[in-house]
Amino acid sequence: MARNILLCGVGGQGTLLASNLLAECAMEAGFDVKKSEIHGMAQRGGSVVSHVRFGERICSPIIRKGECDILLAFEELEALRWTEFLKPGGLVISNAQNILPMSVSAGNARYPQHITETLAKISADVISVDAIGKARELGNQKCLNVVLLGVLARRITEIKPEVWPEMIKKMVPQRLQELNLKAFRTGWELA
Amino acid sequence: MQSSNRAFLSGNAAIARGAWEAGVRFASAYPGTPSTEILEYCGTYNEIDAQWAVNEKTAMETVIGACYGGARSLCAQKHVGLNVAADPFFTVGYTGVNAGLVIVSADDPGMHSSQNEQDNRYYAMMAKIPMFEPSNSQEAKDMTKAAIKMSEEYDTPVMLRTTTRISHSESIVTLGERETAPEREFVRDMAKYCVLPNNARRLHVKVEERLKKVAEYGNNCEFNRIEAGDTRIGIISSGISYCHAREIFPSASYLKLGLTFPMPTGLLKKFAESVETLIVIEENEPFIETAVRALGINCIGKDRLPVCGEFNPDIIHESLKEFVEKPMPQLTKMPDVEIPVRPPVLCPGCPHRGIFFILRKLDCTVTGDIGCYSLGAFAPHNAMHTIVCMGASITNSLGIEKAMKDKIHGKLVAVLGESTFMHSGITGLIDTVYNKGRHVTIILDNSITAMTGHQENPASGHTLKGEPAKVLDFEAICHACGVTNVHSVDPFDLKAVESTMKTALADSEPSVIIARRPCFLLKSYKPKVRLVSINRDKCVKCGICWKLGCPAIEVNQQDGKTQINKALCVHCGLCAAVCRPGAITQAKEEA
Repeated sequence: MARNILLCGVGGQGTLLASNLLAECAMEAGFDVKKSEIHGMAQRGGSVVSHVRFGERICSPIIRKGECDILLAFEELEALRWTEFLKPGGLVISNAQNILPMSVSAGNARYPQHITETLAKISADVISVDAIGKARELGNQKCLNVVLLGVLARRITEIKPEVWPEMIKKMVPQRLQELNLKAFRTGWELA
Repeated sequence: MQSSNRAFLSGNAAIARGAWEAGVRFASAYPGTPSTEILEYCGTYNEIDAQWAVNEKTAMETVIGACYGGARSLCAQKHVGLNVAADPFFTVGYTGVNAGLVIVSADDPGMHSSQNEQDNRYYAMMAKIPMFEPSNSQEAKDMTKAAIKMSEEYDTPVMLRTTTRISHSESIVTLGERETAPEREFVRDMAKYCVLPNNARRLHVKVEERLKKVAEYGNNCEFNRIEAGDTRIGIISSGISYCHAREIFPSASYLKLGLTFPMPTGLLKKFAESVETLIVIEENEPFIETAVRALGINCIGKDRLPVCGEFNPDIIHESLKEFVEKPMPQLTKMPDVEIPVRPPVLCPGCPHRGIFFILRKLDCTVTGDIGCYSLGAFAPHNAMHTIVCMGASITNSLGIEKAMKDKIHGKLVAVLGESTFMHSGITGLIDTVYNKGRHVTIILDNSITAMTGHQENPASGHTLKGEPAKVLDFEAICHACGVTNVHSVDPFDLKAVESTMKTALADSEPSVIIARRPCFLLKSYKPKVRLVSINRDKCVKCGICWKLGCPAIEVNQQDGKTQINKALCVHCGLCAAVCRPGAITQAKEEA
């Protein structure tokens, strides 16, 4: 059986590093892995999504609607946008942060209210965390991606806990390692 | 990331790795999504001399020269880039090669960042150049190597055709060592390298003979294989479509094609005879299907599967429902909430923003071009009215004024970036001067090819490998093209932008405005900052600052007044410059 994890957020939030770390850890754990994301126009503050699939043998790099096991959302509106990929009862991990899209900041649309409550109606398994707040507490809001990865890691039992920090040490530049290891632990404890 | 001899690579990274392992020494390209990273990765290998060209045609011609000169070579472009390079592409099909030559075409089904979804497999057919289609990163690497080998064995360039989902998806690749290419150099051979009509006639005959030999190889090669399964359903597929099909029909029989031109007709016939229902699954055009039908074999294909858009497993399942054993996945019930779209926007501090603000204010008709500034077409800018292809802005304007004459004079502006100007805008400017056009051309010089993720170019001062390079003098070039009135402005100085534009629009000759300021995201760019702040008591909700389309300017959801998002604001000062009641102000002193 394949494990399907969809990471979504806003361009510039660091979804890419999180999905890279996840994929490398799954590979380290001995799985076949595929990952797919769209670059280009999405870089300019647009909606970004990354599909990660791992298992014994993975064919398509794309997750089907209704077959996503875990949705890892870096922003609440994006969580809502991508829940249509979630399998019924699938896990949603959502960073309780709101980034207004241009349509909202220009006053042409409204940002949906009470997203956490709405998500809870969609699935019984929702973890809403203040990852951006925790990242700021750690002194660098950019590490919110690794905080979220920590939350996710706790729920991926197929990958041994020690694989994650080892991979962070391998993939993150030396000067940022301590910060990111702390961020990972913070996330792990939030889950 | 590398663990032992395995790595998790994107298709683009795998192509570069394959080129390196195959002994490639030279590579050139013009950036274009989804092909850009191929050259960037090539540039990470010391043994590959990788360079950014000013356009796809010069890239192609240079790699042709390099392969004539004895270096195994690679060029890469997005699908529409091959339109630009089509002329040399067709010719090199005739001349053949000296050292191996692989030409990558990265197509964009679904148009994630392109103006069309042309299926470049037809280019291989039309130019009579053999073509591989990888379906994952391992194959992308293996086929790049096979392409170099085939190129030398059959004396032909070879095309490697990927799509966005191959180029930008990542999967596990087994790595190999670099091969040493035999020493070669250019040998004068007019009959081979000069396509004068007499030679070309002989070369065409050679091409036809060569194709027959490659077709024979295609019927027996490892890249075209029958994967035996349940014979009630037989699927012919290639590229990413094969991967999606495998999810939906896990137990069917497959003819998995990796070398799709020339088509392995023997294999097609053999496979068709072995299965009950034959289905061809391919994205966009019926390229394989047409070949199957030409053999008199009936199949299911584009009568069910869409021609438009990118495939995914859901589309294949939905289109071929009655042949699929499992039901469609059960979906999560979505709440009844309106979800606002989040399109890409010009970044905070983008030097293009003020230009579009003034163009809109002066109600200009704007012919646009391809780059970040294409976002000027979207609300709230709404200041771009045509986008055709790279470099078309200037010549589109020339054509419009030829059609409308005085009716459009004083209102018509062509807008393009400095990289696009060098790519193919400059010829249009010469055309404009020569043919007595009068429109204004604005060159947005942000010192980098930004849209594709910051590639160096002749205006940036560095090469792909990071070596210092001469910087092109745009003012001198425009003067040399015959433009008398060449203006330079700082796009953050809105007053200067507006008055310069008014002067240029009133001119009876063609004029050029060079709006020069680096892309705000450039790491080397450290502008001095004067802080911007807002006194919300003074805000009268006039909405003028909202027209800047800045992500840092927000409408407060409660009181409807402007607020500045401090996390996003980079203090460019444009909002302070346009604010009428003086609510937003910028400090006089640098912070």
